[in-house]
Amino acid sequence: MKLRRTPAAAAAAVVLALTATACGSGSDSGSNGDKITVGIKFDQPGLGLKTPDGTYAGFDVDVAKYVAKELGFAEDKINWKQAPSAERENLIKNGDVKFVVASYSINEKRLKEVDFAGPYFVTHQDLLVRADDSSITKVEDLNSKKLCSVSGSTSAQNVKEKLAPKADLQQLGGYSECLTGLENKRVDALTTDASILAGYASQKEHQGKFKLAGLSMSDENYGIGVKKGDSELKGKINKALEKMVSDGTWDKLVKQHFGPSGYKNDPAPKIAG
Amino acid sequence: MSSVLYDTPGPRARRRNVLFTIVFLAVLALVAWWVLAALNDKNQLAADKWSPFVTDSRVWTTYLLPGLTETLKAAALSILIALPLGALLGIGRLSDHRWVRVPVGAVVEFFRAIPVLLLMMFAAALYREFTTVSSDFRPLYAVVTGLVLYNASVIAEVVKAGVLSLPRGQGDAAEALGMRKGQTMTYILLPQAVTVMLPALVSQLVVIVKDTALGGALLGYAELLSQNRQITANYGANTIATFTVIALIYIIINAIVTHLAGRLERRLRRGRKSAAVAIPAQGGPTDVKSDAVSGA
Amino acid sequence: MFDFLDSGQYDLLGAFWVTAKLALYSAIGSLIWGTALAAMRVSPVPLMRGFGTTYVNLVRNTPLTVVIVACSFGLDQTLNITLGADRSEDIGFRLAILGLIAYTGTFVCEALRSGINTVPPGQAEAARALGLNFIQVLTLVVLPQAFRAAVTPLANVLIALTKNTTVAAAIGAAEAAVLMKEMIENEADALFAVFAVFAFGFIVLTLPTGLFLGWAAKRLAVKR
Repeated sequence: MKLRRTPAAAAAAVVLALTATACGSGSDSGSNGDKITVGIKFDQPGLGLKTPDGTYAGFDVDVAKYVAKELGFAEDKINWKQAPSAERENLIKNGDVKFVVASYSINEKRLKEVDFAGPYFVTHQDLLVRADDSSITKVEDLNSKKLCSVSGSTSAQNVKEKLAPKADLQQLGGYSECLTGLENKRVDALTTDASILAGYASQKEHQGKFKLAGLSMSDENYGIGVKKGDSELKGKINKALEKMVSDGTWDKLVKQHFGPSGYKNDPAPKIAG
Repeated sequence: MSSVLYDTPGPRARRRNVLFTIVFLAVLALVAWWVLAALNDKNQLAADKWSPFVTDSRVWTTYLLPGLTETLKAAALSILIALPLGALLGIGRLSDHRWVRVPVGAVVEFFRAIPVLLLMMFAAALYREFTTVSSDFRPLYAVVTGLVLYNASVIAEVVKAGVLSLPRGQGDAAEALGMRKGQTMTYILLPQAVTVMLPALVSQLVVIVKDTALGGALLGYAELLSQNRQITANYGANTIATFTVIALIYIIINAIVTHLAGRLERRLRRGRKSAAVAIPAQGGPTDVKSDAVSGA
Repeated sequence: MFDFLDSGQYDLLGAFWVTAKLALYSAIGSLIWGTALAAMRVSPVPLMRGFGTTYVNLVRNTPLTVVIVACSFGLDQTLNITLGADRSEDIGFRLAILGLIAYTGTFVCEALRSGINTVPPGQAEAARALGLNFIQVLTLVVLPQAFRAAVTPLANVLIALTKNTTVAAAIGAAEAAVLMKEMIENEADALFAVFAVFAFGFIVLTLPTGLFLGWAAKRLAVKR
């Protein structure tokens, strides 16, 4: 019997060791008292990005910071929460976050589930191409090209259904994967909102490699998502956004985050109220 | 066994083996050279794509290590819940009562037939629609639920096979001593079966560690693999480098687990020789193990 | 509750057909590749043995998702290996098969090795005494017996493979898991029905395989 017990003990030790590591990580959950939880993207340079030192950077992040400040929350009182595209409505509906600033276009379908403050930014679906490639000048050129986009995104559906049904569209899990293909000439263009593309193009690793084609293939109004019916919060955020535009912060932020790519942004949109 | 398959090489065979070695090496080298050349051609070997993993410790502390922690957390929780549940289901499948054996068998077969990914997706939707679990934990719950349902069924099969691999005499002798069925199971059969099953159970851990990666791609669980999005977004789309590093981490973790499983197995085999119980050479461990190996 | 089936909006059969095709092609490929790996692992050439062992240990310990995604942007995006396909969907489909073969081959190899271990040494010794060389010993005497002993583990590998095709969703092969995700998002109120449909689909795909091969294992087992 003695011989039997050792392996069992060893296995138990393995399992215990694993659990110990697991417990060590701890978990800090959302909104307690004087803090505010805000949903942003973690993986979009220029808009919302978790940087290597654990802080967050981007236009959306700075907008969120400004709004939170106007609502009475200093920067260190913000809990950042990852809001992947498919999860945004759920996060808002369940009250996991107070508001979402995550390249969140206002559209009919989403308005059924959440309310939007803003818009605070207008952009268009565009193409990112290699810097030396000028073969795409109009939407029709796309039909003979290889495109890449993120699977399930509205940009991908747009291409398939409206813009260029004959284009060879590759759908991958993330923009970085598309960029690898673009860099290696496997695809000719990466398509999504110009603001997102500008974020990638302005990264220092990519400067000079890619450029925006400058086609406006759709209108995307970025809004700040809040719980349906919470008109008080919506009003406050709208006021904050108006102030941000009038005191010049908006211009400064746009220049800071989209400037290096040469992206020509639209002027600040009128708040819908 | 391998040495039984061919004669000890004589001079001619040895020359032939050397020739094979050279040809094989040449082919391998050619493929490797071609791949590296192509990667280099596309600037994928450029230093700035790889150097962050060596020079910038923040890649590890901000992305990879927290991701690894999440992976191990989900794996540990899953195995801890799946083990007792699987043991119960396994014993249930061996029950003398039809009304226990048949439904348990149906449950086990059902969950073994459905892809873990679908189980996870279903669990995620279930938690989202019908519970108030905070979104901080929802992906973890979904991943663990999927893994537990699937792996408990696999473990149930392992337990069943382990108990059945014991010589009939063990159960008969216990009965002859007047033990009740529950006693026979807990004092006689399970302790012996555990030693037969352990290697299979540990290899199941490898399967679980790997399957946590499914939770990242489609459920948004912040495990190791899903960190590639944030890393590549920060370091200029260095996808090849990032995936290579992440794959290496999985391989190392699983190699450690597999190594432990191997040591355990060897120790057991040594133990068995000296023990009075002879487990049939063919049925037992090989079958049990192959059962679990395929469960990826 | 099941009315979404009649809406014509979802191509359920099409999605499962892709799943079945993925499983079938990968099964054939991984059987061949796995046998080759097993042969390498018992071969007299040390380098081949080393390669087989290293390959199996590396690939088996890597999550399938990583293997398949690596196929997509390692082979396709970077090395421009498209396996003769033109359109992205076809490329994704073929590369998914390649990834599944690379991964499942290791499990086939291990199943075969356990099968080879059940062949009594006397068989190989007798074959060698007759003057057969390594290839002949392996293909004429040992492997035929090993395959028969390995039917059960191979059946388990095949079932696992069928389920693993869902991972191909990661590189955009339009199989069942992609459709299920889409349907969960659009038909949230019919969640259980959606799950039931897909569960049923996979049971239809895997259960007969399991039953048939279980029966075959009993028929084919080498009586000793």
